Amino acid sequence: MRIVVDFDLCESNAVCMQIAPDIFEVRDDDFLYILNETPGEADRSRVEECVQRCPKQAISIAED
Amino acid sequence: MTQAPRAITIVGASLAGLNAAEALRREGFNGPVTLIGAESHPPYDRPPLSKQVLAGDWEPERAALTDSEELESDSIEARLGVRATALDLAARELTLDTGETVAFDGLVIATGARCRTMAGTDGLDGVHVLRSLDDCLALRADFEAMPQRVVVVGAGFIGAEVAATARGRGLDVTLVEALPTPLSRVLGDEMGRVCAEVHRDHGVDLRTGVGVDRISGDGRVQQVTLSDGSTVDADVVVVGIGVIPNTEWLEGSGLELDDGVLCDASCLAAEGVTAAGDVARWPNELFDETMRVEHWDNAAQQGSHAARRLLDEAVGPFTPVPWFWSDQYDRKIQLAGRVRGDDEVRVVTGSVEERRFAAIYGRAGRITGVLGFNRPRHVMRYRALIEQRASFDEALAAEF
Repeated sequence: MRIVVDFDLCESNAVCMQIAPDIFEVRDDDFLYILNETPGEADRSRVEECVQRCPKQAISIAED
Repeated sequence: MTQAPRAITIVGASLAGLNAAEALRREGFNGPVTLIGAESHPPYDRPPLSKQVLAGDWEPERAALTDSEELESDSIEARLGVRATALDLAARELTLDTGETVAFDGLVIATGARCRTMAGTDGLDGVHVLRSLDDCLALRADFEAMPQRVVVVGAGFIGAEVAATARGRGLDVTLVEALPTPLSRVLGDEMGRVCAEVHRDHGVDLRTGVGVDRISGDGRVQQVTLSDGSTVDADVVVVGIGVIPNTEWLEGSGLELDDGVLCDASCLAAEGVTAAGDVARWPNELFDETMRVEHWDNAAQQGSHAARRLLDEAVGPFTPVPWFWSDQYDRKIQLAGRVRGDDEVRVVTGSVEERRFAAIYGRAGRITGVLGFNRPRHVMRYRALIEQRASFDEALAAEF
């Protein structure tokens, strides 16, 4: 599983960071950074929650 | 144990309703799912309607939440442009405005809310509310005609966003607010003043502590008369004075209605019936308070919760920390929690002067909320503390 963020859509609302702070971080520059682009299967449900709860639908999961 | 429904009908095809439908499929429910929506458009996202779409930066298609192909692949039957007009709980039937009666087994009520309007403005061109895509496109057309003077009535979050978008289009804006300080009942006087200054910084003529007596014109709006007797010329007026939950169709249904559909802590309104989104009122056990929340995030979360509750009675209470964002000018304002105007407020990071800060709210020793101006990271950190029922002192001592 690879995390894909559409940075044209991302508004740095930081919802993903609250769900998975070890994977997503909005820093002081107000930009989102992906800390771990290829998390393991154990993290799938949390990443899926990030996908669903992103107010801009900017996160998706690529299976490659 | 109650049997899970074999078929589920969702009334209301906006964010809460669509999330309910999608959650059913995610949970593996494979019975029929019907989504009934009063608007003819497929489900779309409302936040861009006061921002990108109204600004003209996005065409309305970009606000779509789904399309017919996606709905079809999820086997969600969408009946759009059809309004439910009555509910018979005993017979487990809905009446539609087509005259049909349709049976349901499980039901999610997600009929949302509509805008309050001002009396005496019916039939007056140039007077708008903003809730639906059609509202947005009508207002956008009026903005594109380059009006001389825009008056926004109500400096709540919708009014503030419309004022910001209109200024972004180079239009002259007067923002009229009945309270002496905008948002003071929600954010308190100090933070309300910060919100007021943001508008003034951007050239909005903000009039506070005055109501609107009359909106008048000959066929088209020309003038707004304020409660202090002054008048403001206007060729476009946007009224943003709150919303009313759409529960009229449920009167006499046996459901308990009180500024929304009353639910239990798990969003259940009656046997096999749940409610979600702007129309639902439920006791949020995290705050020991019965609430109705009009935020995007709540509609999405509660929609899923209400759907899962229908499938499984073991699905427990719905206990979110309400959260929303509002983009105004170049500021992202976010509020999480359940704050009141008389809560204690402390700025915990950044600078109010620079309009880049986070402030936390406390009451009875507990952190109740966090307000951020361009501080999403801090808002989410403090939101987690609110979720953990942290004390105000713990929150003040936290470093993020």
